[in-house]
Amino acid sequence: MERYWNKPIETMEREQLRAVQLEKLLATIQNVYANVPHYREKMRAKGMLPGDIKTLDNLHDLPITTKQDLRDTYPFGLFAVPMEDIVRIHASSGTTGKQTVVGYTRNDIDMWADCMARCLTMAGADRSSRVQVAYGYGLFTGGLGAHYGTEKFGAVTVPASSGNTQRQITMMIDFGVTHLCCTPSYALNIAEVLQEMGYTKDDLNLKAGCFGAEPWSDGMRAEIENRLGIRAYDIYGLSEVMGPAVAHECGHHNGLHIWEDNFIAEITDPDTGMPVRDGQTGDLVVTTISKEGLPLIRYKTRDICALNYETCECGRTHARMSKPAGRSDDMLIIRGVNVFPSQIESVLLSIEEVLPHYQIVVDRVNNADTLTVEIEISETMFTDDVKGIEGFEKKINNRMNSVLGISAKIRFVEPKTIARSEGKAKRVIDNRKI
Amino acid sequence: MIKQITVFLENKPGRMEEVTGCLADKKINIHALSIADTADFGILRMIVSDHDKAVSALKDKNFMVKTADVIAVAMGHSPGSLHDVLKKLRELDISIEYMYAFTSRSKNYDAIVIMRLENQDATLDKINGSGIQMLGRELLDRLNEV
Repeated sequence: MERYWNKPIETMEREQLRAVQLEKLLATIQNVYANVPHYREKMRAKGMLPGDIKTLDNLHDLPITTKQDLRDTYPFGLFAVPMEDIVRIHASSGTTGKQTVVGYTRNDIDMWADCMARCLTMAGADRSSRVQVAYGYGLFTGGLGAHYGTEKFGAVTVPASSGNTQRQITMMIDFGVTHLCCTPSYALNIAEVLQEMGYTKDDLNLKAGCFGAEPWSDGMRAEIENRLGIRAYDIYGLSEVMGPAVAHECGHHNGLHIWEDNFIAEITDPDTGMPVRDGQTGDLVVTTISKEGLPLIRYKTRDICALNYETCECGRTHARMSKPAGRSDDMLIIRGVNVFPSQIESVLLSIEEVLPHYQIVVDRVNNADTLTVEIEISETMFTDDVKGIEGFEKKINNRMNSVLGISAKIRFVEPKTIARSEGKAKRVIDNRKI
Repeated sequence: MIKQITVFLENKPGRMEEVTGCLADKKINIHALSIADTADFGILRMIVSDHDKAVSALKDKNFMVKTADVIAVAMGHSPGSLHDVLKKLRELDISIEYMYAFTSRSKNYDAIVIMRLENQDATLDKINGSGIQMLGRELLDRLNEV
């Protein structure tokens, strides 16, 4: 029997869901036009008034919002409510430029927690579950976002934050933790340290995990599931839109359900910005229709995915986004071939002997791009002779070539020399930008 | 047969020194060693005084370590003696994967060649009785006394 957090909403007929969306969208447009000068000016520049939006399809006519809009109005310029109604601030790390700031009203926090509660239900949690939140707490949305969700859900919340991995494991064992929320790379780190501490997955009571905040391949999923003896669910979100729990996989692992009563998703063509036909892959663009503090109109997430509107086997009617391969700004262009780091990961992990400890180094030598994949040598790869290791080099490269159409220099490195992640893993070093 | 330690080494300054430091700390003696090197990595092969202790000490330092079985062939430290051994091996149709040599102060076994043979397990019978003299572990450990 499929369990739901909010069955009437999660399984609502699409017709009715669209009616809910339209009503909320119209209110949102009125709101931002009246209260956010930046949006008002952008609409006026296009000669648009709120009244021009009459149907959901009219949404495509509104201007796109990007990270740059948030930067231009830093820190609070896109907030739609007076500061006395804002109860929390989160901010991006600012690694790719000026940091972006997001604000939440009390209702926003509650809506976010409600989305998270739906996700936890899909991950098989119930009120007796013990959920360890090992996303970083602080300005990053991961920790507190998951935390408020688990509390609202009613499970036992273990607010571990990230880092101090041995202590995380001790708590997991001693407290009988059943669910883990963290980045997939940190989950892997935890699995490795578990083994180093002399434990096995049988010492854990762990059933499932909600892993997100970075792109990860199905190979990585299999690795995490095997090593921790759990089911691994992909959770999606981004701080600008809300944080984790914008979308999450159900038990059928066939895409991530987007909570469409709160978010309208569109896919646009990366080149033209026009909506693509149903089922095609492109840029995910999200409009928030419940948020009060920072409503976003047609926000370009830079995540590349496709949408599936068919009712899922789980009974949910909310659209499913395909597991995103990565952000468009993470895409590597190697000698003219577009490739996402997660695709390289897929290839690597399709070879049994390869461990998920790798790093991608891109450089430019004599005006030609070079791609080097550094991989920690594993017990099974290390034979007594040079020939054996070179055989693996060849095998990996052949598969890269046949699957992705690019060749890479494979460089084996010693165990534990590639940095372990406690949050978002740094998989790519691109020396071309320097 | 003799147990050999095989260590994966990245071509990075100081890696070899880490290995020797690790063995020195544990008072482990190196009887013989060789390195097979490529552009990016090397494979260090060693015969040491306390194999098991060396393996665990190196593993503790996160080195990738394997154990391989090799043979130690004793011969006279004189012109042509290695040639004689290799000739016999060829007559027996035995190929060598790799080899490295060292000398000792032993009166009877003053030159020793460590070898890894192709299909080693299957070919050992052929060597027994061929006149090629293989040393066992015990003898190797107290070479200088015999």
